[in-house]
Amino acid sequence: MDGTIQGSEVMNSGAEAILRALKAQGVDTIFGYPGGAVLPLYDAIFQQNEIRHILVRHEQAAVHAAEGYARSTGKVGCVLVTSGPGATNAVTGLVDALMDSIPLVCLTGQVPTHLIGNDAFQEADTTGITRQATKHNYLVKRSEDLVRVIHEAFHVARTGRPGPVVVDLPKDILIAPAPYREPSSAPHRSYRPRTEPDQNRIEEAVALLKRSARPIVYAGGGVINAGPEAARLLTEFVRMTGFPCTNTLMGLGAFPASDGQFVGMLGMHGTYEANLAMHDCDVMLNLGARFDDRVTGNLKFFSPNSKKIHADIDPANINKSVVVDVAIVGDALAVLKGLIAAWKKDSTQQDRAALAQWWQQIDVWRSKNSLRYTQKRDPGSIIKPQYAVEQLFKATRGRETFVTTEVGQHQMWAAQYFKFEKPNHWMTSGGLGTMGYGLPAAMGVQVAHPDALVIDIAGEASILMNIQEMGTLAQYRLPVKIFILNNKYMGMVRQWQELLHGSRYSSSYSEALPDFVKLAESFHAVGLRAEKVEDLDRVIAEMLAVDRPVICDICVDEKENVYPMIPSGAPHNEMLLGPEHSASDNKPGVSDAGMALV
Amino acid sequence: MGATDMRSATMSVLVENESGVLARVIGLFSGRGYNIDSLTVAPVERDGSKSRITIVTQGTEMVIEQIKAQLDRLVPVYKVLDLSEGPHLSRELALIKVLGTGEKRAEALRLADAFRARVIDATTESFTFELTGATDKLDAFLDLMRPVGLAEVSRTGVAAIARGVKTIG
Repeated sequence: MDGTIQGSEVMNSGAEAILRALKAQGVDTIFGYPGGAVLPLYDAIFQQNEIRHILVRHEQAAVHAAEGYARSTGKVGCVLVTSGPGATNAVTGLVDALMDSIPLVCLTGQVPTHLIGNDAFQEADTTGITRQATKHNYLVKRSEDLVRVIHEAFHVARTGRPGPVVVDLPKDILIAPAPYREPSSAPHRSYRPRTEPDQNRIEEAVALLKRSARPIVYAGGGVINAGPEAARLLTEFVRMTGFPCTNTLMGLGAFPASDGQFVGMLGMHGTYEANLAMHDCDVMLNLGARFDDRVTGNLKFFSPNSKKIHADIDPANINKSVVVDVAIVGDALAVLKGLIAAWKKDSTQQDRAALAQWWQQIDVWRSKNSLRYTQKRDPGSIIKPQYAVEQLFKATRGRETFVTTEVGQHQMWAAQYFKFEKPNHWMTSGGLGTMGYGLPAAMGVQVAHPDALVIDIAGEASILMNIQEMGTLAQYRLPVKIFILNNKYMGMVRQWQELLHGSRYSSSYSEALPDFVKLAESFHAVGLRAEKVEDLDRVIAEMLAVDRPVICDICVDEKENVYPMIPSGAPHNEMLLGPEHSASDNKPGVSDAGMALV
Repeated sequence: MGATDMRSATMSVLVENESGVLARVIGLFSGRGYNIDSLTVAPVERDGSKSRITIVTQGTEMVIEQIKAQLDRLVPVYKVLDLSEGPHLSRELALIKVLGTGEKRAEALRLADAFRARVIDATTESFTFELTGATDKLDAFLDLMRPVGLAEVSRTGVAAIARGVKTIG
């Protein structure tokens, strides 16, 4: 630091200025991978102790790890990668964070400014490539802009609808001295997201809800993003109204799963009662969810007779696919505060008799027990994947447990059978559906919560997509537990091929799988295997007893499908139930139009 | 207007004049499958800090609302105005080259006069006209010029502004 210029100190290098800005933004951990263009930053990291750097084995994993960190702490995750391939490898993670509204700042190295556009070694047009992969991105071309851009990147990432922000940093900018300024409290020139809802809309919503006969609350990831207080207020609101509540895949944990008013997850593999209640309700309150196609199914038949209230922080989510009657733009916390206050103020009496009748109907749907499955208990019986998740859940009750998943059947079984009471304990790739998400995300969670139990519920195909991160677990002694439901198939692909493509299992069988026990051992972890039902509880207990990374290879029924299921293109009330249910419960399946959907 | 009726919309978008901002706007349109019928952009502030983008697009009422909301959430966007929601003025400028001799040449001049197009360049075998007006006026002029030797056109795209005291600020 040499003196001050115009109220700002000049730092010896851009790299030092960046680290100081990161500290001012509350960063304590960076997930990254070095390379030529970012060497000055790595040198600055080496010379300080306040920010910890976690060296991953692939840049995609750095981004997912930062996502896991962000989702379990509510803070902005921070990533550092080099230029060219470092940045392009990060793109999948960035889109994942964009789709799921996860706040991240990803610093990417870049060739020096005078070489930009020259096809220099490890040059890629990172801002061009990531423009549609981020909430916003920056290329810093002048040292005097550097610190302002870093502060701004964090502001953009964490405010409004959160998302990933890339800052592309040419190497000469990292080397040259740069002025440092503290974060400014002045509002941004053009970016001013709205968080406070319109009181009139809140009152209209409450008026509808008070007069409802068949209401439902449908809460999503926006409630999680608004912080634990929002989840607490959601619970308070649902209890004071007596309404049923369903959560999206992203919203699990926003409302306690053990609560009698919880009707389970909704959507393609949601419970029968949640989907039927959505279909038959007369007033729907959507809090922080976006009418995703996995939730609505066929839009033509989606909840045809309801008045819809939609509260979302992103105005672009409103009336995007489903036209709503009351639109509330705002942060879920502010919306919930408003709803609770307005509910208390509105003197209209609820129709308690109608609500009781609605609950009777829901209980009829519930009594179908749509998540039912049969596990044979005689020794030598094959393990059902649902049973494996249920036993895992039972064994971990009472411990501070975080669950991540990969993508596929195991992800749905985890969502159905692992019950979440609190927000921020469930991280899954919802929007993008990124196989390979779970292990690096679990790493990020474990870094943020060193003493907690962190489990990646995985499939044997997904886990191989970022298996190299076993090395990171070993290096940083992160005792992540990887619980593989191994059915030797890309199970969800196999399921769709069975149901939609005449059981032609094209490229969905995982030939030549590794021996996961030996694989674990080669990465300095513990490998365990359960082959029969009698092995399961012992293996889970061993896994939980070890204070080291563990891979559990749980050999499950290869032919098991995820049920219930709304076939593509079908309305909610034509849900398929599993083989446990009588054939008369099931109407046949998929239309030609539905075949084209994913 | 029904949910499936298409309409044309003229959007004015006030943006920070920074590198990449136009790519952001265009990428939004291509990425989400919206049409661009016309696009115009130029700095409008004295210090060059803000640009105004005018986009003519088409869609159902729901899609047009989406386009507005999607544009509005871009970080460097100050303001989005759907001018077609109220009375507004739209103008385009075209430079039009017509080649020919003899009677066709005289006819080209007569038509240009009727449309109040200005001759801004002339040789013994060519005229270049400058014509300003609404898009349909330019289209009509070009249709008439085609049989009399229309050879080349350069159009600016639409610039638009609300009538009366209403401003984008």
